[in-house]
Amino acid sequence: MATVDKSRVPWWVSNLIVPLVNLILALFVSGLFIFIAGENPYEAVRLIIYGSFGYIEGFAYTLYYTTNFIFTGLAFAVAFHCRLFNIGGEGQAYIGGLGVFLVAINFSFLPVPIVWLLAVGGAVIFGAAWAFIPAYLQATRGSHVVITTIMFNFIAASLMVFLLVDVIRDTTQMGPHTVALPEEQWFPSFEDFAGIFGIKIRYSPLNISFLLAIAASFFVWFLVWKTRWGYEMRAVGHNTQAAIYAGISPYKNIIIAMCISGGLAGLLGVNEILGVHHKIVAGFPAGYGFTGIAVALMGRNHPIGIFPAAFLFGILYQGGSEVTFDMPNITRYMFVAVQGVIILFSGALENLFRPQIENFFVNRLNLKAKA
Amino acid sequence: MVSPILELKNINKSFGHVHANKDINLTINKGTIHGIIGENGAGKSTLMSIVFGLYQANSGTIKINGKEINLRSPKDSIVNGIGMVHQHFMLVENFTVLENIILGFEGELVFGKNLEKAKKDLKNLCDTYKLNIDLNSTISDLSVGFRQRVEILKSLYRGAEILILDEPTGVLTPQEVDELFKILRSLNEEGKTIVLITHKLIEIMDLTSEVSVMRQGEMVGHTKTEDTNKEQLAEMMVGRSVLLRLDKTEANTGDVVFKVEDLTVKDDLDVTRVKNVNLEIRAGEILGLAGVTGNGQTELLEALSGIRKVESGEVYLDGKKVSDSQNFLDPRELKEQGLAHVPEDRQRMGLVTDFKAYENLIFGYHDQQPFSKSSILNHTDIISHSKKIMEEYDVRPQSPNLITSNFSGGNQQKIILSRELNEKPKVLLVGQPTRGVDIGAIEFIHQRLIDMRDKGAAILLVSVELDEVLSLSDRIVVMFDGKIVGEKENTNVTDRELGLLMAGVV
Repeated sequence: MATVDKSRVPWWVSNLIVPLVNLILALFVSGLFIFIAGENPYEAVRLIIYGSFGYIEGFAYTLYYTTNFIFTGLAFAVAFHCRLFNIGGEGQAYIGGLGVFLVAINFSFLPVPIVWLLAVGGAVIFGAAWAFIPAYLQATRGSHVVITTIMFNFIAASLMVFLLVDVIRDTTQMGPHTVALPEEQWFPSFEDFAGIFGIKIRYSPLNISFLLAIAASFFVWFLVWKTRWGYEMRAVGHNTQAAIYAGISPYKNIIIAMCISGGLAGLLGVNEILGVHHKIVAGFPAGYGFTGIAVALMGRNHPIGIFPAAFLFGILYQGGSEVTFDMPNITRYMFVAVQGVIILFSGALENLFRPQIENFFVNRLNLKAKA
Repeated sequence: MVSPILELKNINKSFGHVHANKDINLTINKGTIHGIIGENGAGKSTLMSIVFGLYQANSGTIKINGKEINLRSPKDSIVNGIGMVHQHFMLVENFTVLENIILGFEGELVFGKNLEKAKKDLKNLCDTYKLNIDLNSTISDLSVGFRQRVEILKSLYRGAEILILDEPTGVLTPQEVDELFKILRSLNEEGKTIVLITHKLIEIMDLTSEVSVMRQGEMVGHTKTEDTNKEQLAEMMVGRSVLLRLDKTEANTGDVVFKVEDLTVKDDLDVTRVKNVNLEIRAGEILGLAGVTGNGQTELLEALSGIRKVESGEVYLDGKKVSDSQNFLDPRELKEQGLAHVPEDRQRMGLVTDFKAYENLIFGYHDQQPFSKSSILNHTDIISHSKKIMEEYDVRPQSPNLITSNFSGGNQQKIILSRELNEKPKVLLVGQPTRGVDIGAIEFIHQRLIDMRDKGAAILLVSVELDEVLSLSDRIVVMFDGKIVGEKENTNVTDRELGLLMAGVV
């Protein structure tokens, strides 16, 4: 029986060593894939690192991806603390983007900073509203959010296609997208900042939404661990019976947790629309909502963990595209597989080596204590 | 004549770093009834699970009839004549007695010859040991006492010479216990060896001829039962002398502060579990509610504490109506009115075991000053409050940041108790306050409840432990099938009388 008394395991073993071992294993298996595909894994790693850190624009891209993963990762984590498996981040982000656009275009007569604030509010409200329906059904009818949120992703996608084709399409253009927002509303980008300091760099999508992501991380940490709401959400998540006993309403907390989750996912729309596209383009969430699940699980649903996990996925996204560019045998899908392997090792197989690793360290510490 | 049937030598078993059995030596003689006694968590069940092949020992040897054997699974044990009746029965509820007994030993694809033979054998066994079981009845129709007999019959049918019973009386009424003991004695007369695991001293004194005492994973003593007494055994169990009877003064009662009128409550399956119950509790008294598990006590407590809806009837707190079928206060509002509740099942309801201790110490009061101000938790105050009450209630270890599931059962119970008592409630509802709690903590918890009473709280004590009800209560009511079937002042009441009421006989 390889059970370990959890209280004896130092925090850095379970929160740093174990995820690190899982990650190394995942990268090792990914290396095998690349080797089988007929390329040099060592060279691929070099390209990933170069692509994501080697030059300033590449690094900016890495941080841009990180921004999106932070939003969707936080979204998943908040719901998960109430033991709700919100896999509808994709749809909530999509609808959140709609909120950003509608607010920005309709309030363009207001000063720009106010429009930004309102647009962020629009993203949160629209995202939250899209999460509210599954939350309500879960709370009152027991319809499982896994089922309803994934269906709501498809509904959101269809709804947006309908809107982009028939209602809010830019009629002077062929593609399924809206008109662009007035240029003064665009978020200042990394290029602009670099320009202030006299550094000239090429285009990258990184913009001040990155700071919003960091603010959102603080918000989540504060909400979950420092407020009564977070406390109640976690109580409902861990033990619903006990929550009822303590007079905490599961109904209310399921709805609150899901709405906050949806609102955070909606913030992805801020990055994409105010920061990058400056209009709604069809399919802009591009899978970030799903990858956010992996980011949250890998980051152990804590903002401090989600940040490095999001950064790691940012590196993989950016470095991966560099690899596919330079290595003809490696396709884009290869990197989807690499992500899959990482999710597999850090999510589903998370406990594969945990007992052994924890045992190892506990035994070592015991020996040290005896000596 | 005395020959050992089962010998254990230097048995060691660890779970992680928890050393559940340390160098255990045990000899059980043929034809005896051997008691193994110890507190919860002393390692009794682990040891017997090793004998039954459910766990493998890390080291040590097991001999049966002088022959060393290797027990890898329960099947090996059964072949070697060991049978075990678990605390939680291992029966398929929708199968008949016969089907349950032959399960795994059917021996043929289509029932026929063997089944008939099995039936005949079983009838003989039933007659020999006066088990009085109808082989064709379905398990779900049988009472707990009969289900236990089915387990015994199952072991006998599989050729058990040594029968291990793990806490067999926990779920039985006193009358059922008598029946069980009769059966065990007749088994013993027919030459079977019986091992009785229990934490109840009285059963050891009643039934066994030899006794072994375990404490914290170690075997601390063996003796013939006739050479010892309850006090001595209790001392060996806890490692110091304990007060078995509480010192308690006459109750100094005041006005009725909690009143229940004609209360009816249904469970989740819409079955009426509490039927027209009337109760009155005065300030400064403990009302004991005795009854066998599952006679509506759980639903009653849940309704009184605001967790479950009242079907009909009324509840008054301090003269004010707090619930009826139309309006009721939720648990938090009741807490604000001065009603505290220590729930029956601490892990299912009383605690969030994944929370840190300090988070559980404010559970249900987390929205009150000074723990939270405008919805933001005030960690400094919460931690200092936690440290204070953990010290006051002797919760060990005294680390508010430890995850609650790492505390022992007794200390988890103290966390709940300290949280609920600390608010100086007018009315205290307590369910099974010492279930799964060791003797040292039981004493402490009982003393605290008496203290609360003396400070003027009205206490409703729901417990399936008759001893507990008898030693704590000022008045006792008995619940059977959702109804209050008897009420007694707690003077000269015997457990016999209560037992009959609990069984619904009178």
